[in-house]
Amino acid sequence: MAKDEKVLSSTSNNMHESQKNQFELKWFLRKNIVPVFFFVLCVIGGYYSGLPLPFLLNEIITRMARNSFLVISLIIPVLAGMGLNFGIVLGAMAGQFAYVATVNWQMAGLTGFTTTALLSIPLAILFGWLTGILFNHTKGKEMITGIILGFFANGIYQLICLYFMGNIIPIKVPSMLIPGSIGLRNTLDIKPMQYALDNLLKIQVKIPGHVFPVSIPVATFLAILALCLFTHYIVKTKLGQEFRIVGQDMHVAEASGINVDRVRIIAVILSTILAGLGQVIFLQNLGNINTYGSHVQVGTFAVAAILIGGASVKKATVGQALLGTLLFHTLFIVSPLAGKNLVGDAMIGEYFRVFVTYGVIGVALALHAWQSLQEQRRIALLKADISGE
Amino acid sequence: MEAPRLEMRDISKEYFGNKVLRSVNLSVAPGEIHGLVGENGAGKSTLMNILFGMPVIRNTGGFEGRIFIDGEPVEVNSPYDALELGIGMVHQEFMLLPGLTITENIKINREIVKDNLLSKMLGKKLGILDFERMRKDARKALDRVELNIDEMLPVLGLPVGFMQFIEIARELDKDSLRLLILDEPTAVLTEKDAETLIEVMKKLSREGISILFITHRLNEVLRVADNITVLRDGEVVGKLPSSEATIEVLAELMVGRKVDISARARRGFEEDAKPILTIKDLHVDMPGERVSGLSLNVQEGEILGIGGLAGHGKIGIANGIMGLYPARGYVHVANYGEVELNSPLSALSSGMAFVSEDRRGMGLLLDETIELNIAVQALLSRGKFLKKYLFNMIDRESIRKHALKMIKDLDIRCTGPNQIVRRLSGGNQQKVCIAKALTLEPSILFVSEPTRGIDVGAKKIVLDLLLQLNQELGVTIIMTSSELAELRSICDRIAIIYRGRLQGILPVDASDKEFGLMMAGELSAVKEGVF
Amino acid sequence: MTSGDFNEHSLWQRIKEGVASFGVARSIILLFLIILLIAALILDLPMDQILSSMLSRFGMNGILVLAMIPTIRSGTGPNFGLPLGISCGLIAAVLSIELDLRGFQALFFAVGLGGALGAIAGYLYGLLLNKVKGQEMTVGTYFGFSIVSLMCIFWFLAPFKSPEMIWPYGGSGLRVTIALEGRFDKVLNNFLAFDVFGVTIPTGLLLFYGAFCLIVWLFMHSKTGVALSTVGESPRFAESCGLSIDRYRTIGSVVSQALGAVGIIVYAQTFGFLQLYMAPLFMAFFAVASILIGGATLNRATIWHATVGCFLFQSILVVSMPVANLIISENLAEVARIIISNGIILYALTRREIGGGA
Repeated sequence: MAKDEKVLSSTSNNMHESQKNQFELKWFLRKNIVPVFFFVLCVIGGYYSGLPLPFLLNEIITRMARNSFLVISLIIPVLAGMGLNFGIVLGAMAGQFAYVATVNWQMAGLTGFTTTALLSIPLAILFGWLTGILFNHTKGKEMITGIILGFFANGIYQLICLYFMGNIIPIKVPSMLIPGSIGLRNTLDIKPMQYALDNLLKIQVKIPGHVFPVSIPVATFLAILALCLFTHYIVKTKLGQEFRIVGQDMHVAEASGINVDRVRIIAVILSTILAGLGQVIFLQNLGNINTYGSHVQVGTFAVAAILIGGASVKKATVGQALLGTLLFHTLFIVSPLAGKNLVGDAMIGEYFRVFVTYGVIGVALALHAWQSLQEQRRIALLKADISGE
Repeated sequence: MEAPRLEMRDISKEYFGNKVLRSVNLSVAPGEIHGLVGENGAGKSTLMNILFGMPVIRNTGGFEGRIFIDGEPVEVNSPYDALELGIGMVHQEFMLLPGLTITENIKINREIVKDNLLSKMLGKKLGILDFERMRKDARKALDRVELNIDEMLPVLGLPVGFMQFIEIARELDKDSLRLLILDEPTAVLTEKDAETLIEVMKKLSREGISILFITHRLNEVLRVADNITVLRDGEVVGKLPSSEATIEVLAELMVGRKVDISARARRGFEEDAKPILTIKDLHVDMPGERVSGLSLNVQEGEILGIGGLAGHGKIGIANGIMGLYPARGYVHVANYGEVELNSPLSALSSGMAFVSEDRRGMGLLLDETIELNIAVQALLSRGKFLKKYLFNMIDRESIRKHALKMIKDLDIRCTGPNQIVRRLSGGNQQKVCIAKALTLEPSILFVSEPTRGIDVGAKKIVLDLLLQLNQELGVTIIMTSSELAELRSICDRIAIIYRGRLQGILPVDASDKEFGLMMAGELSAVKEGVF
Repeated sequence: MTSGDFNEHSLWQRIKEGVASFGVARSIILLFLIILLIAALILDLPMDQILSSMLSRFGMNGILVLAMIPTIRSGTGPNFGLPLGISCGLIAAVLSIELDLRGFQALFFAVGLGGALGAIAGYLYGLLLNKVKGQEMTVGTYFGFSIVSLMCIFWFLAPFKSPEMIWPYGGSGLRVTIALEGRFDKVLNNFLAFDVFGVTIPTGLLLFYGAFCLIVWLFMHSKTGVALSTVGESPRFAESCGLSIDRYRTIGSVVSQALGAVGIIVYAQTFGFLQLYMAPLFMAFFAVASILIGGATLNRATIWHATVGCFLFQSILVVSMPVANLIISENLAEVARIIISNGIILYALTRREIGGGA
């Protein structure tokens, strides 16, 4: 493709300017059809929602800040050939357990936040390790395993929170427990630690023509930047190379002496750790935890976001993660109101958003499966060509 | 006297009770090019998997015997161990990653890392890849195999011939390489590339690297090898310097077998009798067994054998005619007409049936009962064993009755028609396959590798059964087999396939040498229009 | 080694063999159920109510579990896309109310129309499945989710008029839950029902389930059914018999979604309510778990598996609720349901298929 472009540009003097632009535009559109489609959807939704620009921008920035980490955590398992890791739900649970501890110890502010983040790591390592072992037993079916594991782990999580908390696991702060019995309350208040990261460094930007400024939580974005750099770095290391090799062909990796099972587990552990940290960041912005609900949709939303950004089951980049987060959450914000203004009811917008979330994942998965089949057939034909005389 | 670079002593291996290697001895001197020849199933791949520590060996019960490198006994439990010992292997199947560059493939799992703060703290794996130095090494290796392409190209899309050389370059890049195993390296190469490969092999041998060269191409092994070992049925049947070997000798060793040829009344066939099956210009696209223009006539009531070396297409014939692999050409059955190719239903309706060489994968429903296995093909393709109510329901009584009859007639040893086929011995499973084919009441029966994977005692039973079917029921049988002895024991005449075409038809009592030569393509006996 | 040791050894061996042949998972579940029943007896819970519930819930869910059989047998795995068929059944049920039908007339109308719609939907779904061979479970799951959310929009906008179904204050669309009293609430349960020692036997319901077991049995023993099973067991073998793999996979999907449509109607009539909007979201998972508990695998399933599994799974839910309420606290039944059903599916995913697949 690159060669074609070069040929084109060298003969540009002979071509009509508009013709040349048209060709490149068409090619660009075809390659990036998914994010372009959703971009258009967002623009339409944004217009019809009637929301004022600074409000919209504030919301988008806030959501990007608190969600990007989670979406980026999906990248490494894709690299290592395990597809979309729906099991990041377990990472989110690690983060939430960490908060249970720090709220129990009545910690606050940046210290509280940092402790929570650090505490989430060993838990995430444990959960990630178990997930990795499970994935190694279900090679080829990692995605459905991750989906079901999410539900299963949620059941265990509920068991722990409803029956072990305040029971086997001592909780000192009575307001955390369900009044009159054991088990965590539906909502855990973490106001003492709210905005611990966000407020470290906040910039207010004024938009001409509007009264309210847009506030940007710089520290959080710096953390996201650090993650992006970290991800880039990992990919360029020997470990990253092992991920890529295992992701391309496990048999070749094995024959080359790589411990395939171990590499896969490491990939999942990394992903789970990042998801744990991501959930800690997410919750510090919200200020409270929906004990039985905050983590449930984490997998679905992150996967939908990265797919909307143009990633696939086989390839995912940081850019796609960020773009997807932007588009997905914009859609999140504008759909209910757009639905209300277009059709007369906010619920339509709600349902439409849910449909888009699931639909995007379904379509991406179907496309991936279909492409895999085509590739298998191509390889079989190639092998047939070779072995014939 | 220098210790041999490689010595494999008394190597034996069993796969689920089937002995695939019997006390194999192999010895390669430093800098020697040693050829290893043998039919498919002779044990060459298994022997190499053992030498290279492939996991499949460990997972199926390990092996017996010992391996010595440069006189020292060694344990090879994984490909990693093999690499450490200086053993490199270019496998028969491609071990390249198309999505990575040539350099990355050459350096796979041996990448050069640049140390930095993180890697010093947490381990080498976190160091960044040093592409500068990797490229230099890759360039050097590529030059040694005389491949003149950019080392940073992605492997995807490269011509197949290049890929073979890249794999060899990968092995060469290992400084400690002492022994290089090449498994069928020329199978995918053009003549010219094969020449280059042979030159490269000679160059490496002069540098002191020992090479183990596995191939089907007898003329190549004679040109390049110093010594040749011939494997047959898991045993070494010949070990000789290539100066003393000729193609005939090698072919004879590969296929010949000392066996009693029972004196059997061979029928004569009139030269102009109308054939029951006419095949003209058949092409079959079966991976590994391609047929490229086969023409052959089969006489009614005969047992025709089809033989030839592995990979030359004999297995593809029946598979193509029965619609299991893409085919084109002309096939005609007497009293039926032209048979539509690529349609299993058409083949079955014309009165042909097939006992496949892939007994477990295609021939049987392993987790179903004997009676269902016998009946189901006829049920689905010819509507037998059905009772019509509102729609077609299976008639279990008639299936049961028929199964009991088959069990009795073919003497299938089982606990009853309800027994799950997976539990039967190989020989009895084969009988179920034959029963399944007979249920179609065929006039022509194709049988591929009838006694593969069956213990010695049961082999004779199966062959006798086929003979009986032919003599008592008059079924025309076309039997494909890699075992010349069993073809000779019951066939009336034997057709030899070479490079996807009919090379010739020999009488059963032709010599081993004649068969060997014909299979190696050195003897052609195709007369005009007789077959 | 004394003779005493020897006897113990062989008893333990025999227990192990017995458990292995019955299935480790099934044995655990059965043991669990027995423990719960004993606990219930000890705690003096109303056993007659519990047993009535067990039978009722078994019949209620049975056909939804039967729906798993055609897709598993034809090689497309458990039907995670069951919400499609369920939605068809719900449409038919809603239409029956709109057309002001009652009693058995309503039931049979809904079953007939639902089955037909489910079959058509199953055909289209089958076309999709054929394009994504190898990933049917993953694609099916999210396809199912998408359909449920799409249907939410439909329920919301649908131009139905019946006052029982639409929002009372004139909001648009259908309500989330529609009561079936006066329509076909419990028509099957009550048909020929009788009491024995205080336990209510929902005869009509059980007969209806039995009838569908028979239908499925007849289907699987017809020429089409045998062809379908062959395709699922060994595609290569099936090809050698001249069968089209794609065709039978589609047929499997058609039958499965049709059964799903019928199943939800039976479910609703026992429950007494039609649940629209997001309710069908996870129904496929419970059906999958049920048949796996019954001993099925991702490749093999029989009517026996479906029946035993449904009974075991529903019984555990029924018994665990009151026991848990007394011993521990509320909500445990819900959590137990999630853990057991998903746990069994995970277990099935880790089993390497015998004789085929990766």
